[in-house]
Order: sequence, then structure tokens, then C-alpha cells
Amino acid sequence: MTPEMVERLSELARQVQGYIYPNEIEIHWSILIVVYPYLTGLVAGAFILASLVKVFNLKEVQPTYRLSLLTALAFLLIAPLPLLLHLGHPERSYEVLITPNPRSAMAMFGFVYAWYLMAVLLLEIWFTYRRDLILYARGERGLMRWVHRVLALFSNDVSPEAIAFDQKAVKVITIIGIPSAFLLHGYVGFIFGSIKANPWWSSVLMPIVFLFSAIVSGIALVILLYMVILPFRGEPIDMKCLDKMASFLFYAVIVDFSLEFLDFIHRLYESEESIKIISQLVLNKLIISLLVMQVLLGMIAPLALMVAIKLLDLNHELRKLLYFLSVLLIQLGIFSTRWNVVIGGQMFSKSLAGLTTYKMELVGIEGLLTSIALLILPFLVLAVLLKILPPWETPERVALESTATG
Amino acid sequence: MLDIFRKLPDAVVRLAVVVILLAATVTFILSSLPPALKRRDLQRAAAVERESAREIKYAGAGTCAECHEMEYTQKKGGYHRNVSCETCHGPAKNHAENPVDFKPPAPRDRQFCPTCHAYNASRPRGFPQINPISHNPLKPCYTCHQPHDPKPPTVPGECQACHGEIERTKAVSPHALLECTTCHVTPEQHKVNPRGVRPTKPATREFCAQCHGTNSTVEGPPKIELATHGEKYLCWQCHYPHMPEVD
Amino acid sequence: MNRRLFLQRIVSLLLTLGLPVGLFTKKPAAAAVKNGKSGAKPFYGMGIDIDKCIGCAKCMEACKAENDVPKEPFFFRTWVERYVIKHDGSVSIQSIGTATNPSSETVVEKDILRSFFVPKLCNQCANPPCVQVCPVGATFQTEDGVVLVDDIRCIGCRYCIQACPYGARYLHPEKQTADKCTFCYHRISKGLLPACVEVCPTQARVFGDVNSVASPLTRLKRMNKIHVLKPYLNTEPKVYYANLDGEVK
Repeated sequence: MTPEMVERLSELARQVQGYIYPNEIEIHWSILIVVYPYLTGLVAGAFILASLVKVFNLKEVQPTYRLSLLTALAFLLIAPLPLLLHLGHPERSYEVLITPNPRSAMAMFGFVYAWYLMAVLLLEIWFTYRRDLILYARGERGLMRWVHRVLALFSNDVSPEAIAFDQKAVKVITIIGIPSAFLLHGYVGFIFGSIKANPWWSSVLMPIVFLFSAIVSGIALVILLYMVILPFRGEPIDMKCLDKMASFLFYAVIVDFSLEFLDFIHRLYESEESIKIISQLVLNKLIISLLVMQVLLGMIAPLALMVAIKLLDLNHELRKLLYFLSVLLIQLGIFSTRWNVVIGGQMFSKSLAGLTTYKMELVGIEGLLTSIALLILPFLVLAVLLKILPPWETPERVALESTATG
Repeated sequence: MLDIFRKLPDAVVRLAVVVILLAATVTFILSSLPPALKRRDLQRAAAVERESAREIKYAGAGTCAECHEMEYTQKKGGYHRNVSCETCHGPAKNHAENPVDFKPPAPRDRQFCPTCHAYNASRPRGFPQINPISHNPLKPCYTCHQPHDPKPPTVPGECQACHGEIERTKAVSPHALLECTTCHVTPEQHKVNPRGVRPTKPATREFCAQCHGTNSTVEGPPKIELATHGEKYLCWQCHYPHMPEVD
Repeated sequence: MNRRLFLQRIVSLLLTLGLPVGLFTKKPAAAAVKNGKSGAKPFYGMGIDIDKCIGCAKCMEACKAENDVPKEPFFFRTWVERYVIKHDGSVSIQSIGTATNPSSETVVEKDILRSFFVPKLCNQCANPPCVQVCPVGATFQTEDGVVLVDDIRCIGCRYCIQACPYGARYLHPEKQTADKCTFCYHRISKGLLPACVEVCPTQARVFGDVNSVASPLTRLKRMNKIHVLKPYLNTEPKVYYANLDGEVK
């Protein structure tokens, strides 16, 4: 053990309140494991928003359909990174795929993830973009031409029958995709919810709460991106689209809030053995992150803003400002939610008799800076994807379309 | 056969090719992996082997007896008969294998024995405990106690040698000035054979009434009416005699 | 329906059934406890008599020496807790010799209602939650009832540490893999006793085959009321406590 480690652990030991089992001195799942469900939640949420367009034929939200899919892909590609960085032996991570333990939720999740990524998301994106990829390739030269030809799998058929098949395929994949997206993030919730050793995590509601907070954060993210990217490109924001997305966000937040409120009431009412230490946990360690950031700022404030928007007839500029504020607060709130679940669940001892503390490093593989980098990275990936697979009409495409069908 | 391919949409054919290539690659990779990476039973057998092959540090009490018969026999009859040699002498497997080059330490300083024998309120009743500061200070423990047969040189004069917690509780109680023998008839043999020969406990209510009954002539102790006070029980079934406080 | 989509659905169904299938897979070792016969292989367990433990911590020392556990007071395969239950109902718990032990607390005899020591270690559960959650199957139960960690396969994800209700596991700071008490497997497989049992001066710890009819463990189970830690979690621990107090967590 290095002297730094001894110093760090001694400091943690001094901050212990009450009694903890000796091995509980360090918090095992750090901020990286907070970032991970946050990222996968955004994936599930963005995908479900996209699915609403295809399955329920929501024309108003059509403008964000492709953006949602690409957002989901960008975050899905980066999400395994915090896990890999956290492992004691990332070089052995392939073992989960070759010799997984079928009784382990974490192992089975690896396959759910792979299924979702390949069979659902990539396929849906491919079928959505196939025609455009061919058209782009026809009009380009050099590297971009080859990128698009390869991505199109060298396909060249833009006949009406082929396009019709593409659209039908997208619809079917979306139908499979919705339960897959539910499974993706529900499983993450199950990974926590199935741990009987931890009364803060062990709950039937955990997968459901995770899923709904994922939907909330995903929709909020797409709204955020929509409101940032479009003005950046000099294009007007479609208020109908924005209002409709905000509507779904509103309903999702209400459901999410109700579920978390139900969990709270249920715990207090049943008053099981763990209630004493959990109350101490919330009041001593989680006052800011739970009461202020998750509940007040993360849910009640956005809810109030959205109710205000619904009730009052505000002009576009004010509405956009309030929406923007709401989705920012929601991102903060959902990140805090993940923090409170992951870190909160480890700050009290399984002896139910003590509290410990989490000292986040600034630098280092599990530090704050790494986490910030991991949160920024998906946006960079998204920027690349937006370049290769533009979700909006480009002049080139418009021109090509007239030549292709005409 | 080719008819089917012609009838399928172009997109599907291309995807099928990709899927087949992917499946083939995965199958190839999986099949070319060595069994050690794929078969769990082999991995577990290897893990059990590795675990079983770890170095042994403690020889076990039986091993010492093979050479150190005298100490072993000496220990067998004394108070330390259940204490393994290595409890005090530390791990000695290397000594068992190479008696010349490795010698386990024989702890001789006064810090060692109090690890077990220093007074601690949580230790079980009757375990011999001393106050390391006041108990024959400066003299090493083995001066009076042979570690392999640690009978005290003299029979303990006071009960507190083994009953420290009770003594300290009583010392700050209203019964502080009472000797243990006031209430407990203690045969001398109890000091030598504590579990075999036990002191008595008062068997009647009248016993405590000697001081606490209204008829008692002893001044000071609180008095109760024997006939009506807690009639069903012996006094010590409610009042802890070593700290006989009332709410 | 399109054949490909049908196949996709079947595959998706099978993969998501992986978890429930895993749920109902038979755990071979657990059956041995129910048999009640001593077969060719023993099924190991430990017995601890609380009334005998003097809190000397020799077991903690011996374990660290025998198993190359880091000597610093932060990680333990076994430890001893001290409980002081006072008249006012408050329970004070400390663990001896660990960094988190608030050693400054002095106990006044007058306040004590009960006080005792409780040795703790991995319970080598017959229904181990840690084995259930390990994503790569690196931790497993042997036929003789000991839960081991394959430190060549462990990826250090720490899921097992989260799943253990008893705090028995830790991440080895050098190996970066999960580590815990193995009942000194390298000793018991050669007929020796685990190091902690070997050095305990009062025989508070006894060890043996759960199914044997003549062993110190069986005697402990015959002559005392037996309790295990957190029985309501159905982990089926194989460390049997005699005279365990209800306040022990």
C-alpha cells in the first residue's frame, strides 16, 4: 500500500460516524459509476423520444427524430468507458462476453447492451439514413464519398420499393426497440435493485424509477441539443416541435416524481429497520444533493416552470428561455439522482449503525476531471456523427433528391 | 435458391452479408481461443489448485509436539492447555521445516501477556485479568508465571483477579464496602478449580433482609417490608447486587 | 411475418431469458448441506462461541500473517467487534485494531448492561449472494463449501463487495481483485485448521465438517442455541454463532 493510500484511508477513517464494518472504509463505486447510468439513461430516453415519432406517428416531433437517434448512438458508444476505467482489471473485461455468469445481472446486461446497440439502434439508423447515404455518396468526392459508401454497405438502390421497405423496417425495428430501450435502462436499475444487502438499493421500484428518470433526462437532452444546435446553424426553432417534446417531458417528470415520492412515503410508513440510518444518511450527507439538487432544483422547479408555461400564454422567446432553464435543471437533477442512488447507497454501513464519507479525487482515473471529460466526450462524438450523418436537410441532399426521383 | 436473393430487398441482402461476416468472425475468434479462456471448469480447477498451493505459515499445534515434548506435556495440564504454541510464538512452519535457521520469538516483554490478560470490561466473566500498570510493575510476567504452566505463584487473594468487571462495578455502588464473601460462600478450591467448584448465591429472601428488612438493626441500608415487597422473587432476581440501584 | 424479424425476436427473447434461467439454475453445493450425510467430501463450516471470545485479536493477526493480507489496519479477512450495551439502551460498537475504531471511548462499568466481543469473517454462505452477482464467475463455491475468488479472472468490478451483506469482502489494494476469507483453504485442504482457529487461545472458534456427527463444531451446535448473521436474507451462512446477542448487526 502506498503512503498516499494510507493517508487517504486514514483521513476517511477519521470521518466515520458511528460504526461501519472495517472493510467498508472506502466507497467502492465512485463517480464513474454515477456517470455510467446517467449516460445510459440518456440513451434510453433519447431513443424512446425518437420511437414516439415512428410508432405513434407524431408529426410535430419529426424534426428531432434523427437527432434523437444520433444522440442515443453517441452516448451509447461512450457509456462503456466509465465502466472500463473503473475496473481493477479492464484488460480482462472480455471475459464478460466469453464466459459470463448467467445468474449475474451485470453479465446479462452486457448482452442486452450489445443487442440494443447492434440489432436495434444501428439497424434503425442504417435504415433511416440508407437513402441519404447513397445520395450523398453520389454527389461527393474523396474521403467523405468513401465513408458514405461504406456506411451504406455499398448499396445503390433508391427505388420506391426499396425506400418503402426501409420505412417499414424502421417501423418494425422501432416497435422492437421500445421494449429493448426499456430493458436497457431497466436492467441497470435491476443491477442495483437486486442487491438485498443494501436497503437503499434493494427495491422493486428501482428499475422503474431508473427507467423513468432516464426518459426524463433523455427527452430533456434532446430538447437541449435542439435548442442549442439549431440557432447555431442559423435555423429557426419549430415551436410546435418544442412544445410537444416539452409536453412529453412534463408527463414523464410527473410520473418520475410520483414514483420517487411513492418510494419516500413507503419507506417512512413501513419504517423498517434501516429507516433510522437512512434518515441520518439523508439529513447528514445528502441534504444538498437530494433535497436541494434532486428534488427542489431537479424536479419541483422544472415542474413549476412547465406548469407556468402551460397555464400562461407566453411569447416564444420567454417560452424558449423557460424551457431551456427547465432542461438544464433537469439534467442537474437526474445526475444528482444517480449520485444519490450510487454514492448515497454506499455512505451508510451495512451494519446500519454508521455513516462514512466519499472523498472524490480531482485528478486520477476515478476523479472529477475524468468524469467531466467522459460527460463531454459524447458531445464530441455527436458532433462527428452530425457531420457524417446530417439529421437535417442540406442543400446537397435537396439537390440530389430532385435528381434521384425526378 | 438465387430467386430468393433476387426477391429480397437489396438492403436486406447487404445486411445479411454483414451479419454472416460478423457471426463468422465471432465464431472464428471463439473457436480459436484456448480452452483455458473458455471453460469455466478448467479455470475453477486451476483456481482451486492455486489456492491450495499457497504457502503455509502456521505449522499447527501438533507439529510442535514432535520435537518439543517437554513443553507440550507441561502445557497439557495447565491453564494454557488450549492455547496453541503459535498463539504466543507466532507462525512457525518455517521453523518446523528448518529448525536451525528459523527461530520463532519467545515473547518476554510485559506488553505481550496483557493482550489477553489486561483488564477489559467486555471480557467474559471469570477470565483472569490484571491491571498491567499496577500488577507487579517492572517485573517480566514470566518471573512469576511459567508460560507453559501459568499457575499463579500464590493462590489469588482477592476475587477481582478473575472478576475484575464485577469488582469495578461494585466499587462505585452502594455495596462497595461489602466483601464478596459476605454474600457468596466461596470454597478455597474455587480459586484452583474455578469451573468445578462454584461459590453460592443467597438462596432466601431473608438473607438480604438481614440488612434490608424493616426488622434489621443495621443502620444505613434502605429498608423494605419483606412480607409485601416483591414477594414472588428472590431479591437478586430484580436487583443487581453488584450495582443495586433502584430507578 | 418476416422470417428475419421472427429470428431476431427469438434471439432477443433467449438473451433476456438468460437472467431468469440463471435464477433457477441448481446450485450444486447447497444440496450438500441438506443431505445430512457426510459424503466423501466435507462441507466446511465454522462455529463461534461468543461467551468464550476475549477480544485478544490474535485471530486477526494470524490471518494477516497467514494470508498475506495488507498489514495496514484498513482491510481485513476477519475482525473482532466489541459491543457495549448500556442501561440507557444505547449500543456502542467498535472493531478492535482497525483504523475506524474510535479507541478513545472509555467505558464506565456502572453504565454497562452487557458487553462482549464478536469475531466476524466471511460466512461462506451456502446460498452466496456474492457468487450470484459476479459477472465473470470469478468467485465461486467449491464442493467443500468454501467460496473462493479466482484472482486471475476477477476483473475488479466490485459487484461482489456490494452484494455481501456482512462486509466480508474488500478490494486487495495491490492485486486489484476482490479478496476475502477462504477458511485458509490451503490449510484445510491439507487437514490443518484455519489460522484463526489455530491461534484462538480460548477455543472460541471451532471448525469442521457441517455434516460430521463427531466434531467440535457439531458439539457447539448441539449444546448451544445457534444463531447466524442476517438469517432473513436467506444467504444460509455457515458460520454458526453460539450465544449471539440480538444487538449484533
